[in-house]
Amino acid sequence: MTRAESKRSAPPPGADVDFVQLLTPDGERVTHPDYSVDFDADELRGLYRDLVTVRKLDAEATALQRQGELGIWASLLGQEAAQVGSGRALRPQDMAFPTYREHGVLYCRGIDPIMPLGLFRGVDQGGWDPIANKFGIYTIVIGAQTLHATGYAMGINKDGKVGTDEGEAVIAYFGDGATSQGDVNESFIFASVYNAPVVFFCQNNQYAISEPLQRQTRVPLYQRASGFGFPGVRVDGNDVLASYAVTRAALDNARHGQGPTLIEAYTYRMGAHTTSDDPTRYRVASEVEEWQAKDPIARVRKLLEREGLADDEFFASVDADARTEAVKLRERVLALPDPDPTEMFANVYPNGSHEIDAQREQFAAYHASFAHEGGH
Amino acid sequence: MADMTYREAVAEGIAREMRLDPTVVCLGEDIGAAEGVFKTTVGLFKEFGPTRVWDTPISEQAIVGAAMGAAMTGLRPVAEIMFSDFLACCWDYLANEIPKVRYMTGGQVTVPLVVRTANGGGLGFGAQHSQAVENWAFTVPGLKIAAPSTPADVIGLLAAAIRSDDPVVVFEHKGLFASRGPAPPAGHVVPLGQASIARQGRDVTLVALASTVPIALQAAETLAADGIEAEVIDLRCLVPLDMRTVLESLARTSRLVVVEENPYQGGWGATVVSIVADEGFELLDAPIRRVAGECVPLPFADSLEAQVIPTAARVIDVVGQLAAY
Repeated sequence: MTRAESKRSAPPPGADVDFVQLLTPDGERVTHPDYSVDFDADELRGLYRDLVTVRKLDAEATALQRQGELGIWASLLGQEAAQVGSGRALRPQDMAFPTYREHGVLYCRGIDPIMPLGLFRGVDQGGWDPIANKFGIYTIVIGAQTLHATGYAMGINKDGKVGTDEGEAVIAYFGDGATSQGDVNESFIFASVYNAPVVFFCQNNQYAISEPLQRQTRVPLYQRASGFGFPGVRVDGNDVLASYAVTRAALDNARHGQGPTLIEAYTYRMGAHTTSDDPTRYRVASEVEEWQAKDPIARVRKLLEREGLADDEFFASVDADARTEAVKLRERVLALPDPDPTEMFANVYPNGSHEIDAQREQFAAYHASFAHEGGH
Repeated sequence: MADMTYREAVAEGIAREMRLDPTVVCLGEDIGAAEGVFKTTVGLFKEFGPTRVWDTPISEQAIVGAAMGAAMTGLRPVAEIMFSDFLACCWDYLANEIPKVRYMTGGQVTVPLVVRTANGGGLGFGAQHSQAVENWAFTVPGLKIAAPSTPADVIGLLAAAIRSDDPVVVFEHKGLFASRGPAPPAGHVVPLGQASIARQGRDVTLVALASTVPIALQAAETLAADGIEAEVIDLRCLVPLDMRTVLESLARTSRLVVVEENPYQGGWGATVVSIVADEGFELLDAPIRRVAGECVPLPFADSLEAQVIPTAARVIDVVGQLAAY
């Protein structure tokens, strides 16, 4: 088999199934019987600004990695609408559990965007406070965060923080590949039988590194929910309005005590899996071009233009501001101090440890011995 | 003081902490109405109800993974994995997630949870329900490990484990569930990482844990008849590891035998003896010996299983060899 033949030719499972869409790739508003949004002009411009900003910061991080300033980066390119739409749907009291690609959700949570860069630069043993920011740590082991989210949801259920309009809800982000993991399916079972207030937000970006959706499923992913006994819905993941509306509704159901929902945000990973990956080895250019035409940002710009909600000056200022933020981010990343070597011993055990204290002292004495001998 | 069984002590130890602290919850398979397949959660469901005692589906990953998530809300979950062999089914959470949260958040998030599990052989449960796997957890920095040998220690160590902000794996030994001992008074806590001297002696130090403590004590009784006085140290915990008590004992006895149920290959005794070789070499007058499980799966046949697990006879034999030095 040649390489071209090994690339997928048939459409992925369920490609012909409808999804919830409120904004077409051409920037036209469409209605849906179950979902709607009620954004004013300022809010629509705000969403546009969010989308442009997270794309720009993400591109800056990719560039930093290419220049050897970050160890690795998992780009969100193409998934901005799914992340900003769902991220803006979160209320302050809601808890989010991300993968390692949720830079857009992190931005919406108000977390300093330098924090994930510190992690991937390897100078930081932990950035944002997950509890204070209601945003868990980037989870590298595929799917594990779905169980953390489910357990968290069971915990707030136990504490009586669910059942009213002010109730709390939890959202777990994961990808199409993670749906093949046992623990993700176990989290569906636990969430279902405990009626846990958790929204499972699957960004189906069509690939698990190189494995196409055909290797994960024979049915559209959102339909899996019915077998577990809770609703599943597919949304156009490149439509920020629909992503917002569907997530908002699912979170509200959860906070009111109506249990879990699976959202399949149908989208596309425009870039590589990470900076260590070369997607041209396993997918065809025409497929990428096809998705380029469904760009999540272009359609919001078309909407704003079509409805006369923004002018060229606005678009120019958003671009300029994003560039400025990206430059600032770059400068701050390059100025990040290296950690003190003894930091490697910190925070293994909450109340310290005799053994680790001894290792730290030994290590410090070893280092000090070089200084004593005149330094090397 | 009234006597109680080791299994009663488990339920009592959990109940004491649940009465003290409303954030303590339990989860696991068959721990509620069924009161545990080993009857180690008797009375909990009746006293605390379903909001604090969660009967779960059979899913080890989900039990331990959900415990971690629940701990992030401020609860102190006590998760049960029915047989310690099944820790392998949830190993991602015990090896990759739970022990690393604190480190990876720069100290900002702790998950104060306990995973309890029935460990060890001697009951003829076969290769997949009998293993002593405390050494699995011993390989993971960030976990603490307790393994009590008496009912009083069960209660004391459970109290310390549940109150600890560290994630703690508590290995309850299946072969000890029916054993009896004095019930400890209210408020009894055994700090993690504090070994006890189960028997004093001057001639040889026997370091033991959980099920091997009674084995070492039995050996010591026989040896005493031959005029050899063995000191038996019950480590109680593997992390933190109380090597000071071991080294102080060696300063008196100058001979060391480690008695461990997990396999010789990769067993925790290897760490104990390496520390002794490093820090206590000059205390020794004889080679160090380890009496450990054979490096084979646990046989189903009782007669064979008895040969795989350490016995008092093997301990006596090894001590006899050391006496020649």
